Amino acid sequence: MKQMPKEYYELLEKLQAVDFALVELTLYLDTHPNDYQAIQQFNQLAQQRKHLKKQYETAYGPLQQYGNSYSNYPWNWNDTPWPWQV
Amino acid sequence: MWIYEKKLQYPVRVSTCNPKLAKYLIEQYGGADGELAAALRYLNQRYSIPDKVIGLLTDIGTEELAHLEMIATMVYKLTKDATPEQLKEAGLDAHYVNHDRALFYHNAAGVPWTATYIQAKGDPIADLYEDIAAEEKARATYQWIINMSDDPDLNDGLRFLREREIIHAQRFREAVEILKEERDRKKFF
Repeated sequence: MKQMPKEYYELLEKLQAVDFALVELTLYLDTHPNDYQAIQQFNQLAQQRKHLKKQYETAYGPLQQYGNSYSNYPWNWNDTPWPWQV
Repeated sequence: MWIYEKKLQYPVRVSTCNPKLAKYLIEQYGGADGELAAALRYLNQRYSIPDKVIGLLTDIGTEELAHLEMIATMVYKLTKDATPEQLKEAGLDAHYVNHDRALFYHNAAGVPWTATYIQAKGDPIADLYEDIAAEEKARATYQWIINMSDDPDLNDGLRFLREREIIHAQRFREAVEILKEERDRKKFF
């Protein structure tokens, strides 16, 4: 297991928490498409997520590729740790 | 298309190397009601289901792939430091002979995954009922594994997965109601 700093786990968990709410709201909205409040909450969280993604990627590298994240030089998508290594 | 995200949906921790638990968990990797079967079942049903529930099948099917990765991570962490002797003791000797510590899509008894685990009837209500049943069976399986496990860290991840099965079943039930409502509103030829 690669030893990552405490801050890594904290930031990762923050991202996982927001993403969980977004997954949950996505499934909910799939069957409740007219819930205005839920959509408002969804869009707020989506915005919050964008900031967290940027923060995470600046510190620990790209979360996605195929152009959904920027790359450092050299190409850092292959860098460990992969999710099962932390 | 799909885009991979380099993180787990929920943190996976294990307390100790424990190949016996990995042997049980593999049921949810390559078993009949496991995460692979779930993902492939829903993503395959999407093409012929009414438009109103395609989004739900896409999103739940995609979440199942994230769960598959969580199970894989659990199995990997529980076995990566195990000696052949420990694997043998846990009943994973046959697995070791064939795969070393590599993961493989089979159930807890070593039976390889098969497409016959999943159905696609083309009848939307029949397909969604199958999906509800699959979620309930997966929920029960998670409970049985939690009952067998004495690893509090692992159980935290397993409880998360068990709760997700409940939500998925709930959403599929709502999808059935949406389709029934549509059916009752529409004229059929």
